[in-house]
Amino acid sequence: MSAVLNDETKKVLVEPLVTNNPITLQVLGICSALAVTSQMSTSLIMALALTLVTAFSSAAISAIRNHIPSSIRIIVQMTIIASLVIVVDQLLKAFAYDVSKQLSVFVGLIITNCIVMGRAEGYAMKNPPLESFMDGIGNGLGYSLILIIVAFFRETLGSGKLLGMEVFQLTKDGGWYDPNGLMLLPPSAFFIIGLIIWAVRQWKPEQAEKVEFKIMPIAHGEGGHH
Amino acid sequence: MEAYISLFVKAVFIENLALSFFLGMCTFIAVSKKISTAMGLGIAVMVVQAITVPANNLVYHTLLKENALSWLGITGVDLSFLALLSCIGMIAALVQILEMILDKFFPALYHALGVFLPLITVNCAILGGSLFMIERDYSFGESVTYGVGSGLGWALAITVMAGVREKLKYSDIPVGLQGLGITFITAGLMSLGFMAFSGIQL
Repeated sequence: MSAVLNDETKKVLVEPLVTNNPITLQVLGICSALAVTSQMSTSLIMALALTLVTAFSSAAISAIRNHIPSSIRIIVQMTIIASLVIVVDQLLKAFAYDVSKQLSVFVGLIITNCIVMGRAEGYAMKNPPLESFMDGIGNGLGYSLILIIVAFFRETLGSGKLLGMEVFQLTKDGGWYDPNGLMLLPPSAFFIIGLIIWAVRQWKPEQAEKVEFKIMPIAHGEGGHH
Repeated sequence: MEAYISLFVKAVFIENLALSFFLGMCTFIAVSKKISTAMGLGIAVMVVQAITVPANNLVYHTLLKENALSWLGITGVDLSFLALLSCIGMIAALVQILEMILDKFFPALYHALGVFLPLITVNCAILGGSLFMIERDYSFGESVTYGVGSGLGWALAITVMAGVREKLKYSDIPVGLQGLGITFITAGLMSLGFMAFSGIQL
């Protein structure tokens, strides 16, 4: 095991989780992600699907990276990714039909998910297959982490359940919790992501962006003297 | 006619691709710093969407759908699993052709939109529009309406967002929230605003 997990592999596997998270830092792959987070079960399937597609597409692209002419590389990458997504889509339809109905077009949209393309273009084209595979897993997990956090808040606060099991007893069933309907609507996902980014940047201040304009406080006694 | 107007309003406001389905978010966040560039990208998305959704509709209905090949005398063939591959291929090809046509015949327009066209191939909003069209089984006429409407909705959203962000840079925001964080919160508030349209029934 230690032979497989050398330093480079460990780095590409762990770094995307917090220090270089694809969603909160690189702003990639938010596209299709947030729409599926109103329930934990759909988010878990989506996270799994994306992680697998990223890992296998990175490995496949990296394996043939020296044979792809650079002028058509985007098309080649796209075809590999699309074929993998079709496999995932068909598997979901065969074995988890209900979830695949709920995910609707969002499984297909993994094709244009910027994380998959971004890792293929940014990492897999320059590195050997095994590392690329690990890099894909790492970035997939970084994405999954955010997805799971968002889904956790949206499902528990929005419907008092987690993975369909009751966490808070709702008032309509005689309990105490009045569900927050906003959490089931799209805007809440934006708010939660915004707050997660805030939290991460408070924890790791080096991730904060440079300010374009700084508002200067008015010094005491300065007003009116000029 | 009424059905088309209803579909159009629904595509622009109620089911706005950017704000209620989160499609095209990467570009939505990355390119919404200035109104002029945001508007350029918005128009490019609208044009491409208006072309690709009907084109994919034709391909799907004449080639891929179950028993669609019956005009060739082949029955019982269901190629709909290839829809993902054909959609993305169609989009990539059409964007390429559009780029060449603009370059040859409308150089001014090419200079305004050219930089955005390659970005559009991997924009989820474009692929998402085509996939929604397939899932909801739109006819050709509906697909034209939906393509134009959803593109317009996306363009509207990104232009408004850019307007807000241009003002936002002068405001005093907590350090950790600056940039990306506040952009998401703004998008959430805009999304709330767009949801107000959901009561409209035509």
